[in-house]
Amino acid sequence: MNLHFDVEGGEFISAGVASSKVKKVLKQLAIQPEIIRKISVAMYEAEINMVIHAHGGVIDAEIMPDYVHVILKDEGPGIENIELAMKAGYSTASRLAREMGFGAGMGLANMKRYADILQIESEPGKGTTVEITVKLYPEQS
Amino acid sequence: MTINDVQEILNATVVTQTPYENNEVLSGFVGDLLSVVMGKAKEQCAWITIQGHINIIAVGTLINVGCIIVTESFKVDDDAVKKANEEDIVIMTTQFSSYEVAALLSKSGLE
Ligand SMILES: Nc1ncnc2c1ncn2[C@@H]1O[C@H](COP(=O)(O)OP(=O)(O)OP(=O)(O)O)[C@@H](O)[C@H]1O
Ligand SMILES: [Mg+2]
Repeated sequence: MNLHFDVEGGEFISAGVASSKVKKVLKQLAIQPEIIRKISVAMYEAEINMVIHAHGGVIDAEIMPDYVHVILKDEGPGIENIELAMKAGYSTASRLAREMGFGAGMGLANMKRYADILQIESEPGKGTTVEITVKLYPEQS
Repeated sequence: MTINDVQEILNATVVTQTPYENNEVLSGFVGDLLSVVMGKAKEQCAWITIQGHINIIAVGTLINVGCIIVTESFKVDDDAVKKANEEDIVIMTTQFSSYEVAALLSKSGLE
């Protein structure tokens, strides 16, 4: 199953629509709750980043029999130093974002922890693409 | 500990319509930074925070929160309450600080 979402920038309020939709689909498929949490937290973190650090973007989620693959693509400012950005606690979040409880600098760390495969490609001035893959039945492979 | 017990111990105001009577909370977690909560809070926890905006519902849903306790009399936004009712999340508010709430629940036996 393929799901496509357009995410608007600056929309703190509605952010999370895509990850909650994917979560609902996985729940209907009776996937284990821990696996659903891994996918939906990783995806929500990436979705929020698109909103607070870039000006939105597009998300394509592919739900396969044994894995979920999500591509989140934005045309925002990009990430200068991905290694630094991955460090727990590193954040350039705006004051407004911080007031809403974002900006701990833990989003990428959570994605890394929860995704089975995490790929980040970014070009300063051009944008960022994050790909998250999570296996649905990890014990089998 | 049930959500009902939590409400009574804190004499908190439940602002959602979500039914909860005998639903259990299994642990407590204090946090205002959403990514930290998503990384560390356990399922069915009582999440203690000063955040009252709609993003706490997304986070609460993702971690399968037991209930959300908004402290220091911070206001819970109307759209957050509406969303919580849709997502079956229980939110209560109290004038106690996060520290006081944690101490009270801990004294009553919550992990
Ligand atoms: N899509 C993106 N576009 C541009 N910069 C990004 C993007 N995603 C992350 N970054 C950069 O990487 C940093 C770290 O991201 P991370 O998600 O770990 O933390 P945060 O979003 O700042 O805070 P938190 O996720 O804890 O609320 C960000 O502060 C930002 O500088
Ligand atoms: Mg982030």
